[in-house]
Amino acid sequence: MTVIGIPVEHSGDGQLDVAPPSNRGKPEWARAVAVRSIWYVLGVVVAAFFALPMLWLVTAPFEAHPGFDVGLSHLTLSNFVDVFHNPNALSSLYNSLILSLLTMLIVVGASALAAYALSRVNLPGRDVMLYVLLLLSSVVSGTAAMVPLFLLVFDMHLINTDAGVVLVLAAGLLPAGIFILKDFMDSIPRSYEESARVFGASPLRMLWDVVGPSVRPGLAVIGVWAVVNVWGNFLIPFILLRSPGLTPAAVEIYSFYTSGGQANLRLISTFSLLYTLPVVVIYLLVQRRYGFRFYGGIKG
Amino acid sequence: MRTAGSLLGEDLAEAIPSGDEGAPRGRGRSTFGLSRWAATGFLTPSIVLIGVFLAFPAIWTLYLGITNYTLFGFTAAHPHIVGTQNYSHAVSNPEFLNSLRVTVVYVLSSAVIGQCVLGFALAWKLRDWHSWVRQALEGLVIVAWIVPSVVVAFLWIAYLDPTGTVDRIGGVGINWLLHYPLQSLVVFNVWRGTAFSMMLFAAAMQTVPPSYLETARLAGASGWAQLRDIILPSTKGHILTDLLLITLWTFNDFTPYLLTQGGPIHQTDVLGVYVYQQAFNVGAMGYGAAISTIMLVINLLIAVVYLRLLRRRT
Repeated sequence: MTVIGIPVEHSGDGQLDVAPPSNRGKPEWARAVAVRSIWYVLGVVVAAFFALPMLWLVTAPFEAHPGFDVGLSHLTLSNFVDVFHNPNALSSLYNSLILSLLTMLIVVGASALAAYALSRVNLPGRDVMLYVLLLLSSVVSGTAAMVPLFLLVFDMHLINTDAGVVLVLAAGLLPAGIFILKDFMDSIPRSYEESARVFGASPLRMLWDVVGPSVRPGLAVIGVWAVVNVWGNFLIPFILLRSPGLTPAAVEIYSFYTSGGQANLRLISTFSLLYTLPVVVIYLLVQRRYGFRFYGGIKG
Repeated sequence: MRTAGSLLGEDLAEAIPSGDEGAPRGRGRSTFGLSRWAATGFLTPSIVLIGVFLAFPAIWTLYLGITNYTLFGFTAAHPHIVGTQNYSHAVSNPEFLNSLRVTVVYVLSSAVIGQCVLGFALAWKLRDWHSWVRQALEGLVIVAWIVPSVVVAFLWIAYLDPTGTVDRIGGVGINWLLHYPLQSLVVFNVWRGTAFSMMLFAAAMQTVPPSYLETARLAGASGWAQLRDIILPSTKGHILTDLLLITLWTFNDFTPYLLTQGGPIHQTDVLGVYVYQQAFNVGAMGYGAAISTIMLVINLLIAVVYLRLLRRRT
């Protein structure tokens, strides 16, 4: 961390612009009001930029005959009834849930074990290894590696299985998970484990009973982050799962067509809302509970 | 430059115990009750998973890229090595070069300029707004970021449709995704991803001691001067980190496929979409793997360049 100083001497380039002392009164005041209003207008523009595309998601599900426009001329809840009667819609949400939870279990479990080992034992080259892990996870993306991933999963006979999707997604999330959890574990005093060791606790017991409970916020962060990632992922299940009964919500939504071959906007919009809500709720809970902090991250 | 292969080997080599730790150890135990063998055991599940499903595909694609592997037909079962044919085909193929150009435009304008600048501006400006205004605006920006990409794609298809919201406001009846596909995608991605930069910069600005800004204000420094002389120099590292991540994410973004499938006429064929079409629609797995390799190498270059810059700074 570089410590910066405030330049007090004002000479040459890079100096602070010091406003001339104001002794003119009213124009100065009027200018301040003008500047302030410009900022407010800009604020409204930015708010509109971010809010407007979202409107369709909150109106179309309640509209009897939704098009691409935003409006509520015929308020109805029948779209929701339709979604609940569509067997593919509900089962795909269930598939998304299963994939998310399985991946979460693997990511939390494996990264907790690895982070504990890396935090407590000073293996040679540990920092290099962490750095390499992080580099690997950011360089090898699902998009860049979709061809080898597909062929690998195919050759392992895991195409069209939950296991294929879960293992691929878990491996992609693990490095960052380990990195973040190690930060949490580093902050837990080691004296706790010293006392547990006196009673002859095994390393696993120590992790489960002593360290685990203390890093619960970290585990929660990793867990939520894994769930949200898998829940929203489209590409991996899209290329690895080919039969309709297995596909998660992100892929299944593309099968919602009317008998006339048109996109069924009633189903799509309502399903989108139901599919989105859990993520927003999770976000609000995490936000309230932990706030948003940047754990880990890349350190120079 | 290291290859992914040596990286994995290193991981395993480093997990093997050797005695350079100063702390006393009875029967192979380290200070904190975790022997090196136990630590190796703890690392094994992660290393196996990462090795098989992250490191191995990256190496394997080097081999696949020099074969004529296909998804269907005779060469699906009996691929053979064709050397650098896939690569020479790529560099002389206008479709690939177009895809590369589209990707560069997409990354530079939507991430490096759009998300980073807007995110920084929001983080800077929102600090001195009322807390409820700030929370509402931040909430909006963040929701755009957390909504699943499939839903976001439908939202923007509806939004940009000639009968959609944009037309309601502008009223020109333009089919944006048809006539301005890449421009639409750029605006879309600024909307989609600004939240990350905003949050990162907001967190970074909180680490600047308030007394610095206070002093500057007392000295009569304008907002712009405070930004240039205090905030920018002390958040340089965060800006680099932000640029690294959003460049990588946008370069590897597959969402354009959900909005335009690369069309019309390849105008939005970012590399990820191009790989998908070549490998899975055309069925040219070997050629797709070669493009995959090129993408991985570009990813590695981006990461190495940014990390070098970051390291030089500290």
